[in-house]
Amino acid sequence: MHDHAVQLPVFPRLPAFALRGLPLTPIALALGAFARRMAARHPSMFKRLGDYGNLRFVLDPTDLPVTLLLEPRAGNPRLRLSRQPMQGDARIAGPLSGLLGMVHGAYDGDALFFSRDLVIEGDTAAVLALRNAIDDAELDLAAEAEAMSGPFAAQVRRLIQLAETRTGVALSRHEEGPLW
Amino acid sequence: MEIVCPAGTPASLRAAVKAGAHTVYCGFADETNARNFPGLNFDRDEMREGVKFAHDHGAKVLVAINTYPRAGAEAIWHRAVADAESSGADAVILADLGLLAYAAKHHPGLRRHLSVQAAAANADMLNFYASEFGVKRVVLPRVLSVPEIAAINAETEVETEVFVFGGLCVMAEGRCSLSSYATGLSPNMNGVCSPASHVEYHDDHGALSAKLGGFTIHKVGADEPAPYPTLCKGCFSAGDATGHLFEDPVSLNAEKLIPQLAKAGVTALKIEGRQRSRSYVAQVVRNFRAAVEAQAAGRPMPEGMLAQLTEGQAATAGAYKKTWR
Repeated sequence: MHDHAVQLPVFPRLPAFALRGLPLTPIALALGAFARRMAARHPSMFKRLGDYGNLRFVLDPTDLPVTLLLEPRAGNPRLRLSRQPMQGDARIAGPLSGLLGMVHGAYDGDALFFSRDLVIEGDTAAVLALRNAIDDAELDLAAEAEAMSGPFAAQVRRLIQLAETRTGVALSRHEEGPLW
Repeated sequence: MEIVCPAGTPASLRAAVKAGAHTVYCGFADETNARNFPGLNFDRDEMREGVKFAHDHGAKVLVAINTYPRAGAEAIWHRAVADAESSGADAVILADLGLLAYAAKHHPGLRRHLSVQAAAANADMLNFYASEFGVKRVVLPRVLSVPEIAAINAETEVETEVFVFGGLCVMAEGRCSLSSYATGLSPNMNGVCSPASHVEYHDDHGALSAKLGGFTIHKVGADEPAPYPTLCKGCFSAGDATGHLFEDPVSLNAEKLIPQLAKAGVTALKIEGRQRSRSYVAQVVRNFRAAVEAQAAGRPMPEGMLAQLTEGQAATAGAYKKTWR
């Protein structure tokens, strides 16, 4: 970490430890459904990915005991979770807060790379394409989770807001400031 | 002064406009622009929508068509100029003499700017482009000092635009072949300098090595900032000596020089970074809009908060100050 670097929040150790004992299959199923919903609502993201959408991306939140394998598959995404290292065409590793912060536009991916908070390996062009496609989609994972929660939307919103405030992790789309 | 801000995606264009950009520059998703990176740029519909969004918020859009057309494929570049005009763009940024002549003849109502890729670095060149092709503004190369910029402006009516922040190209732009040497692809012909398709990073127990086209450009320790593997900022060994041959991996930040640049007659300040995220765009644009407002009001330049966004997490005033080698 360097003088000018952003200080990224780290996922708390206790819940991270708890993840070691949880069954991954239901979590993977829920994440997969979530990803497919996002895909249906943001088709331009896959158009922007182009042929890189046929590759496999390992997403490695370094403060969690699990790794994700994302296959965009031209708008029909598949997600797998594993406690073991996974092989893909490209790997993006960093604290969960950094990965979510990039998705939500709170952090600049290049800046996290410069500061060594983010590690990329494998097909660099594919990583860039994925980053650019997600950045342009202006995703808001919290809003999507709320929309999926039906009658519990208000409770989910409050829970997410509380988690965001307590942890400093960008769980919803970041707005840089008011209109100039 | 006008700030001219980068947008690699429609989301970045909106972020730039919301953050206070007077003008946004962007390009089509093909080889006609010098940031032809994976997942970046605009299709024709996105360009029309982007221009409308900018105009609705009082901002302008410039379309960069600043690579050099391939022989036999000029129609791709001609179509880009026509589509920029029909999208409502306020100007095109061109570098190639033939394309400038084509645009002046077939699209006389479309304002023409000269790209930094043309490396026009003296008043005679600026005046030549203005008289022959009706160029209204020239983006000056990043190799000029402030007194040299003032000398140019004293001898021309053409507007000048200078880079103030972002990636620092230290070469005579449009003529650099380093990327071609290592990868076969260049910003001049293909729109990519040190293309990601030829970049490899290897993390070896914290030490990061970066290769371009198979050449190791950098190797940095676990506690050092990571650079892009561009040849002009590479760290090389020759004999017993190891060091950065042309330039360290740093970014340009000329924020503090805005008053001098204004005094030198500069019309517009350009921010580099179409390949960066909307987060970068929003932060840098907001910062520079505040700076030019302060300059206009005669207030001191505000303290910048942009160091974490710079390559090598270090900044330089580049050639604007003569300490740069």
